[in-house]
Amino acid sequence: MERLVFLLSTGLARGAVLALFALSLVIVYRAARVVNFAQAALAVVPVYVAVAVTAATGSYWLGLACALTAGALLGAVVERGLMRRVPQDNPLAGIIVAIGLVMVLQAGLAIAFGPDHRPVHAPFSQRPLTVGGVALMSPYDLFVLLVAAVVMGALAWLFGRTSLGLRMRAAAFAPETSRLLGVRVPRMVTLGWTLSIATAALAALLLVPTGLGLDPHAADVLFVNAFAAAVIGGLDSPVGALAAGLSVGVLASLVTGYASAAAAPPAVLALLTVVLLVRPHGLFAAREARTA
Amino acid sequence: MRLLTRAALLTLLALGATFLLDPYRNYQLATATGTFVAVAGLTLLVGLTGQLSLGHAVLMAAGGYGYAWAATWVATAVEGTTLADGAGGWLLPLLAGVAGAVVVAGLLGLLLGLAAARLRGPYLAGLTLALVIALPAAASTIPGLNGEQGVRAPFVPVPDPLALLIATEQWHAWLAILVAACAVTPLVAVRAGRAGLRMRAVHDDETAARLAGVDPGRVKAGAFVLSALAAGLGGAVLAIVTQQVSPGAYGLGFSLLLVVAAVVGGLGSLGGAAIGAVLVTLLPWVVDQATAALPADLGHRLQGNLEIALFGVVVIVVTLLRPGGLARLLPAKARSATSLPAKFFPTQ
Amino acid sequence: MSALTVEGLTVGYGDGAPVLDGLDLTVPDGGVVALLGANGAGKTTLLRALLGLTPARRGRVLLDGADLTGLPTEDRVRRGLALVPEGRGVVAELTVAENLRLGALWRYAGRKHARPERDAAVGQMYELFEPLARRRAAPGHTLSGGERQMLALARALVARPGVLLLDEPSLGLAPLVVAQLLGVLRDQARATGLTVLLAEQNVTGALSVADRGVVLSLGEVVADRPAADLAADPALRHAYLGF
Repeated sequence: MERLVFLLSTGLARGAVLALFALSLVIVYRAARVVNFAQAALAVVPVYVAVAVTAATGSYWLGLACALTAGALLGAVVERGLMRRVPQDNPLAGIIVAIGLVMVLQAGLAIAFGPDHRPVHAPFSQRPLTVGGVALMSPYDLFVLLVAAVVMGALAWLFGRTSLGLRMRAAAFAPETSRLLGVRVPRMVTLGWTLSIATAALAALLLVPTGLGLDPHAADVLFVNAFAAAVIGGLDSPVGALAAGLSVGVLASLVTGYASAAAAPPAVLALLTVVLLVRPHGLFAAREARTA
Repeated sequence: MRLLTRAALLTLLALGATFLLDPYRNYQLATATGTFVAVAGLTLLVGLTGQLSLGHAVLMAAGGYGYAWAATWVATAVEGTTLADGAGGWLLPLLAGVAGAVVVAGLLGLLLGLAAARLRGPYLAGLTLALVIALPAAASTIPGLNGEQGVRAPFVPVPDPLALLIATEQWHAWLAILVAACAVTPLVAVRAGRAGLRMRAVHDDETAARLAGVDPGRVKAGAFVLSALAAGLGGAVLAIVTQQVSPGAYGLGFSLLLVVAAVVGGLGSLGGAAIGAVLVTLLPWVVDQATAALPADLGHRLQGNLEIALFGVVVIVVTLLRPGGLARLLPAKARSATSLPAKFFPTQ
Repeated sequence: MSALTVEGLTVGYGDGAPVLDGLDLTVPDGGVVALLGANGAGKTTLLRALLGLTPARRGRVLLDGADLTGLPTEDRVRRGLALVPEGRGVVAELTVAENLRLGALWRYAGRKHARPERDAAVGQMYELFEPLARRRAAPGHTLSGGERQMLALARALVARPGVLLLDEPSLGLAPLVVAQLLGVLRDQARATGLTVLLAEQNVTGALSVADRGVVLSLGEVVADRPAADLAADPALRHAYLGF
C-alpha cells in the first residue's frame, strides 16, 4: 500500500513533466498542423544552455530563465528559417525535415559537448518526504508539480483570455478566415512555435535531474511518451494532453515499480497501439467542426 | 522476361565486381547490400503508399533474429548427420535461416501493417518510433532475445570447391548479392505492375481508389508486409555478414539512417535506394578516414557524429529543394518506370 | 475618386487557361454594386483575387488609389478592404462573442482607449443584429445558416471597413432572411458611406439593393448598367441573366 502511494505520487510528478511536454506538442500541432518530431532535440539544446549558464554563474534560476529564452528563440528561428519552407503538399515532408533537424542537432551537440551524460543537479532535494512513515514525493517533485501547474495555468490564461490568444486560436482553427479579419497569421504560427519550444525546454529541464544526466538523447524517451500522451488525449486538446500526460506518467511509474524499468516503454507502446486502433483521434479530441 | 534478364545481368555484374575489391571493401559491399534490401522495401513503402515508418530497423532486427534462431537450430540438428556433408553443412542452415528471417519479419510486418493501414502519416511515424525506442527494453524482457548481448548467427564458411578462389568476405558478399537479387527483383516487378498501380492509386486518393474497387486497407497493409519482408531479408544478410544480432545495432540511429537513404535516393526509386544504401555505408568510413589526422579528442567527437550531422543536412536540403532525390539526377532513368510521374507529387 | 479600381486583372489556377482575363472594373465611392453572373463566371475568383487569397498573374487592384499589388491579405484588410466569403467563414470553434471580438481586434488595438472603443463597436453590432446578442456565448458551429451569415456580416462591419465585398450571402438562406440581411446591409452602407460589392446569383435581391449591376460571363465584364435598368429591361435580362 505504501509502495502504491509512493509510486502514485512520483508518477504524478513524472506525469506533470510529461503533460507539459505533451502540451508543447499540442501547441505546435494547433499552430502549424504538424506533429513536430524534432521536439526532443529542440528541447534539449536550451537545456545545454541552462547547464552552461548555471555552471558559469552558480544560479539554477538564471539557467532556467536562459533555457526558456533560448527555447523561445530557437522555436522562432526554426519556424522562420526552416519549417516555413517545407512544401505543404506532401504531408511527410515536414516529418522528414524534422528528422533531418534531429540528426543535425543531436550530432552537433555530441560534437560540441561530447556524448557523456552530464549530471545535472536539482535545486531541491530529490529524497522523498515521509508523512507518517509513508514515503511520498520529494521536494523536487513538488517543485516540478508547482512549476508545471503554474505554466499550464499561464498558457491557459494566455490562450483563453487574451486578445493575442484569441488571434492565435483563430489562426490555428481557420487561417484563411483569420487573414480576412486582419490577423497576421504567419506571425501567429511563429509565436506558436516559440511558445511550444520554450515549454518543451522547460519540461526537459525539469526532467533531466531525475535521470542519468544530460546528453543529446535525454529527451527522446520523453518525446515518445509525450507523443503517446498527446495522441491518447487528442493532438488538438490541451486538456487531453494534461489528463493523458498525468495518466501515462502514473502508468509508467506503476509498471516500473511493480515490473521493471525496462517494461515501461513496451507498456506505453502497447497503450499507444490500443488507443490508435480504437480511437485514432484521441479520447478528448474536439469534433472537427471546421465548416461553418 | 526482360526483368529476369536484367536482374541476372546486374547480379552477375555485381558478383564479378567483388573480384576487384579487397576483403574490407567486400565486407562493406556486403553490409551495403543488406542495407540496400531494407531501404528498397522502405522506399517503396514510403514513396508509393505514403506510409512513413521510422522503425524499420526493428523489422531488420526481427529478420536477423529469425535468421539466427532458424539457422542455429538447423545447424545443430544436422550436426553429425549425413546431411552435414558437403554443401548441406552450410546450405541447409543458410536456407533455413533465410526462411526464418522471412517468417519472423513477415509476422511482425503483418501485425504492424494491419495497424498501419488504419493510421495517418504522423501517427504511424510516431507508433514506429515508439517501437524502435522500445526495442532495447523489449530485448531485455522477452526471453530468447538475450538482452543487450544479442544472439549469434552461425558462420557460413566458404564451400570447399571455391575455397581456393575466394576469401570469406567475398563469399559473404556473394551471398548478400544473391539474397538481394531474390529480394529486390520481386519489388521491381511489384512496382511496375498492377500492385504498384493500386498502391499509387490508394496514396493519391483513397476514396477514389475505393470507388474503383481497390481496398485501401488491404493495399497499405500489403505494402507494409512487403517492405517488412525486404527489411527482414536485409537483416538476414547483416546476420550472415556479422554473425551477430543485437538490439544495439538496430536502434533509432540506424532506423533513421534507413529513412535518410530512402529520401536521398528518391522516395519510390529502387535505383535511388541503392545509391542511398551505399552513401549511408560509405560516409561513416569516409569521415573516419578524414578525421584520423585530427587530434584524438576532436577526432573522437567527430567520428560517428559528423556523418549524422551531414546526413541531416542532406535530408533537409533534398526535401526542400529536390524532392526527387539523387535518382532524379540520373538522366536516362529520369522519366522511366522507376521514378514517380510528377503528378503524384503535385506542386502548388 | 472611386473606392475600388481593377485594371487588367488576370487570374488563373495552375497552368490552365485564366479564369479572369484582363478584367477592368470600377466601383464608385459609397456605391452598392451588384456583381452578377452564372456559376463559374468568375465572381468568387474575382473577390478572392481582390483580397490576395488567389494570386493574380497580371493586373492591378487599387483601393482609394493605392496599389494593393504584393500586399498579403491581412494587410489589405487593414487598409479597409473586407470580404464576407462564400460559406461565411464563421470560426466554428469560437463563440459568437469571440468571433466578433476577433473581427474588431485590428481596428481597436494598441491605443489607450482601445478596449472600451472596441466593446462599444461590438455593442453596436449586437444592436444591429439582435439574434446575435441573444446567442453571445454560443459556439460557432451551433448557429443556424441565417445566424452565421449575420455573424459573418457583423464581424466584417465591426472593423468599419471602407469597401465591403460579399460572396453570395444569400446562399442557402430563406428569402425572408435574405431580404432582412440585405436591408440591413443597404442601411449601413447609406449610414456610413460604405462601398459595397455584392456578388450574387440571387439577381432580383441583389439588384433591389444595388445602384449598379455588373455582369460577369466567362471571366469578363459583359454589362455594366444602373441596377434599375438591368432589372427593368427584359432584353438585357435575357441576354445576360438568363431570365
